[in-house]
Amino acid sequence: MKPLLMYSDRDFDPEEELPWNAEALVQDLGLEAVFAAMAGEDDFLREVTRRAILCSLTEPETILYRQAILKDCLENPSVVREVYDLAVEVLGGERKVGGFFLRYPGSILSRSVQVLEFFVGGLRRLRMLADTRSARFVSEGFRRFFRMLREELSDGYFAEIRDHLDELKLRDGVLISARLGSGNKSADLVLRKPMETERRWWRRLFAERPTTFSYTLHPRDEAGARALSELHDRGINLVANALAQSNDHILSFFRQLRAELGPYIACLSLRERLAEMQEPLCFPVPEPSGAPRRHSFSGLYDIGLALNMGRKVVGNDTDADGRSLVVITGANQGGKSTFLRSIGLAQLMMQAGMFVPAAAFRANVFSQVVTHFKREEDVTMRSGKLDEELRRMSEIADRLEPKAIVLFNESFAATNEREGSEIATQMVDALVEEGYTVFFVTHLYEFARSLFDRRMPQALFLRAARGADGTRTFRLKEGEPLRTSFGKDLYDRIFEVRYIDGTSQDPSEGGSHDQRTGHDRHPPAP
Amino acid sequence: MPCTGGQVSGDVEGRSVNAERHDRGSRRPAVFDQPAGTRPTEAAPVRRPVPVREPEAEEFTSILGGVPDARVDAPEFFVDLNLDQIVQSVTAGRDEYDLRPFFHVSLHDTDAVRFRQEVFRDLEDEGVLRHVVAFAERMRTMREQLRTAGKLRYRYQKERLFLDAASTYCEAAGSLLGDLSDTKLRSRGFKALRRFLEGLVRSRTFVALREEIASLSADLSAVRYCMHIKGGRISVRKAATEIDYTAEVEKTFEKFRRGAVESHLCDIPDYLEMNHIEAAVLEMVARLYPETFGALDAFFENHQEFADPKVTGFDREVQFYLAWLAYTDRFRRAGLAFCYPEVSPYEKAIRCVEGFDLALAGRLLTDKAPVVRNDFHLEGPERIFVVTGPNQGGKTTFARMFGQLHYLAGLGCPIPGRAATLFLFDRLFTHFEKEEDVANLRGKLEDDLIRVHRVLQEASPRSIVIMNEIFTSTTLHDALFLGRKVMESIIRLDLIAVCVTFVDELASLGEKTVSLTSMVDPDNPARRTFKIIRRPADGRSHAMAIARLHGLAYADLKKRLKP
Repeated sequence: MKPLLMYSDRDFDPEEELPWNAEALVQDLGLEAVFAAMAGEDDFLREVTRRAILCSLTEPETILYRQAILKDCLENPSVVREVYDLAVEVLGGERKVGGFFLRYPGSILSRSVQVLEFFVGGLRRLRMLADTRSARFVSEGFRRFFRMLREELSDGYFAEIRDHLDELKLRDGVLISARLGSGNKSADLVLRKPMETERRWWRRLFAERPTTFSYTLHPRDEAGARALSELHDRGINLVANALAQSNDHILSFFRQLRAELGPYIACLSLRERLAEMQEPLCFPVPEPSGAPRRHSFSGLYDIGLALNMGRKVVGNDTDADGRSLVVITGANQGGKSTFLRSIGLAQLMMQAGMFVPAAAFRANVFSQVVTHFKREEDVTMRSGKLDEELRRMSEIADRLEPKAIVLFNESFAATNEREGSEIATQMVDALVEEGYTVFFVTHLYEFARSLFDRRMPQALFLRAARGADGTRTFRLKEGEPLRTSFGKDLYDRIFEVRYIDGTSQDPSEGGSHDQRTGHDRHPPAP
Repeated sequence: MPCTGGQVSGDVEGRSVNAERHDRGSRRPAVFDQPAGTRPTEAAPVRRPVPVREPEAEEFTSILGGVPDARVDAPEFFVDLNLDQIVQSVTAGRDEYDLRPFFHVSLHDTDAVRFRQEVFRDLEDEGVLRHVVAFAERMRTMREQLRTAGKLRYRYQKERLFLDAASTYCEAAGSLLGDLSDTKLRSRGFKALRRFLEGLVRSRTFVALREEIASLSADLSAVRYCMHIKGGRISVRKAATEIDYTAEVEKTFEKFRRGAVESHLCDIPDYLEMNHIEAAVLEMVARLYPETFGALDAFFENHQEFADPKVTGFDREVQFYLAWLAYTDRFRRAGLAFCYPEVSPYEKAIRCVEGFDLALAGRLLTDKAPVVRNDFHLEGPERIFVVTGPNQGGKTTFARMFGQLHYLAGLGCPIPGRAATLFLFDRLFTHFEKEEDVANLRGKLEDDLIRVHRVLQEASPRSIVIMNEIFTSTTLHDALFLGRKVMESIIRLDLIAVCVTFVDELASLGEKTVSLTSMVDPDNPARRTFKIIRRPADGRSHAMAIARLHGLAYADLKKRLKP
């Protein structure tokens, strides 16, 4: 019995090892805000959501399998929540049955009987839900799930369990088979199911029975009583283990159910948050990895930024079909990093089988989403910083798998422009030639310019737009790299501000990158 | 019969040299290979040669080719030569065999030595070794089973363990014969053993024993019964075809199975020894199967002495070889060679290539330090090595090695070295500086002289004497004088000897002495090579070089002492 709601053919592992770069992804893309909106304070939901998003699917079919189930969830939220709550309730109830720490087969057996009786109640309710509430589900995953509940948890099956529960109360004593082991001690003790004739012997209904010898304990023989109960324990050790393990399996079924429904429950919460902010969401169209390159979208926004700000933010439309290199240049504070993050987030969400923060989104799946973002720490030590960046890049190179997407954000700017450009150019050339997809946000003019001048058909150059009056729009437009990065604007403004009221920089605001200003850089979308 | 040197005598300087002299009136015991505990002053027991039986081709007696007829304590030179440490390591973990006495008696007959060398060579074949080890393992199991049987209270348990032991014994003897039949054996010892085993295993009693064990074991393992426990009552009957209830339960819940789950099996402590409830069950089972248990009773009655003493004797004695091979294996794996020395009680031209001190090498290997090996040889009239040279240069180690090699060769063991021809001595004497006596210098010198005197009285021309730094407690002039006198005696006796001394003059007393010196690295005089080579004693001190190495030379020390 497997829920199979995350994969059509296998269990979802809520403790799956995260990809090696999970920490970098969370930090660079601002994923914590997304996890928080999905899971709230629920640690369990947060963990399954983290795995669902970070352990990406790489086949369009598996993505569509989840999308269909998620659509069912969005249509039938109350039934889905009821199933989820039932799993949570059963799991909580099992823990309340005492006797965890007893280490005798007798007590393990009687606790197991108790727990099983409780589980049977949960299974019956699950079956009831399948009988009465499953009609409106259309996804392959949910239909299979409900069908399984009806077939496997039949009335006959519940009766079979009932029989075991009666038998295992051992009202007729225990019948144990044995052979002579080492030192002529009883060995291979196995609990046997008495046959009907045997029961009659025990009840002395029959005179005819095989030769039997008996030993009756003296009432005051305490050592003998202990020895006898130890023998009894030996006899039921195996069956107690079998029943306790069966309970563990049933328990793990409910655990699995909770784990596989968890991400969908979290998606329900996320949808509600986005609806409050009137941000759009859509089900993306996943294309197989490799050629032809597909990457086009409209209204793509940084969901982390929106959640942090609690309101609608600017989205971007881009058609990068056929392009494996996208170079983003332009004004500081012009929305370049935000754009890069929205690319990474949408990709991860799509490859988790989720909806994405856009009006429309279509892209290839990638084997990996990898980020190489300039880090803020260690700014004082320039050489140390370049070294750190190169070490990180070297680790990426060790781990990179074919058909991955690599997002660079102001990488290799820790040295002078010529050297940085040289490093970046060689790196990008190698990656693109080897079939990787690269998004590169950069201030390195020489780097961007030399790429542009080559007129590569697979390269797309985007520039942070600037209104005619010099104000930033936070939208990106196609355009060749320009020599100035509008740093002068910032310089002027900051020095003006300082001159007036002496305020310093405020590094706490989310969504910022290199130079922080303490100003709200993201006006509400029109 | 091998000569043990007891009656070798000759007329040297009008004095009878006899290793069995009785006049032992002095305070200190002479040092020779005699039980350490026997003090010559008390009752002066005659030191009797240890009888060693010549192995006969027809009859198997002992894989050692003869066993000491009594317990023998370690010879007194054991401590001086660090042989006590070696034997300690060799016999470690084999206490049950009581092997030490085997290492306390050296052989004095070339053929007896060869007999053991042959056995060693057979055991160097991995197949033979494996078979013997497997045999020993079975015999160990058997002894454990018998010990347990002796301790158990309930009859049918005791008898079952006894049956197990007998079965193990038959398997041990039978398998050893089977294994050795397919093996190429060269030694007289193993060939005789194989012939003996062939006779034993084919004997009527052995065959009958085996058959009885097999049928009894089969009957016991066919016993099946059911116990019914309810309240304070337990009933036992023969088993039929009852359903395994555990399997039923597992089948019902199979559909929920996923991956491995934790085991809930309780670890109920189970001792071999039964409690009275288990014993009651066994009694009832015995009544259900009276014939089987009757046969078990009879077996126990009739086969109390099932093991042949020669088989158990071999089991113990072969451990002498296994212990030595196991001990030396570590050195061989480190690339240190062992060899079978040629020995002779007559030929005094001896040689050894790449010998080393085993006790020291053991420590060096543990510290992953290199082991220095040394060659030596005597030819023509040469009899005495006089070793001089810098302190800590390996002189004492050389003396110990010399003694160890000869003693171990006399045990019939493969010895450290690439090749060796050694002297088969009748007695071995050592005189090593005793540190505890330095408080009373005059007393010590006197003591030294008394001991040396005794050694020279005891020694025969077939003896070996090793003297390490004697007469250090007197002036150079005295030491030279006394040393010369002692050396003259040794020369007169025609003894093979090693003499470690700081008196360079002793190194050139005549054609019988060979001067050896410990070497330093010619490029770095502070570095000692621990090589001992033939070279005239030059009296050079290397202490300064060593001091410089420690930064204690004049200039260095001055600098260090400056504020």
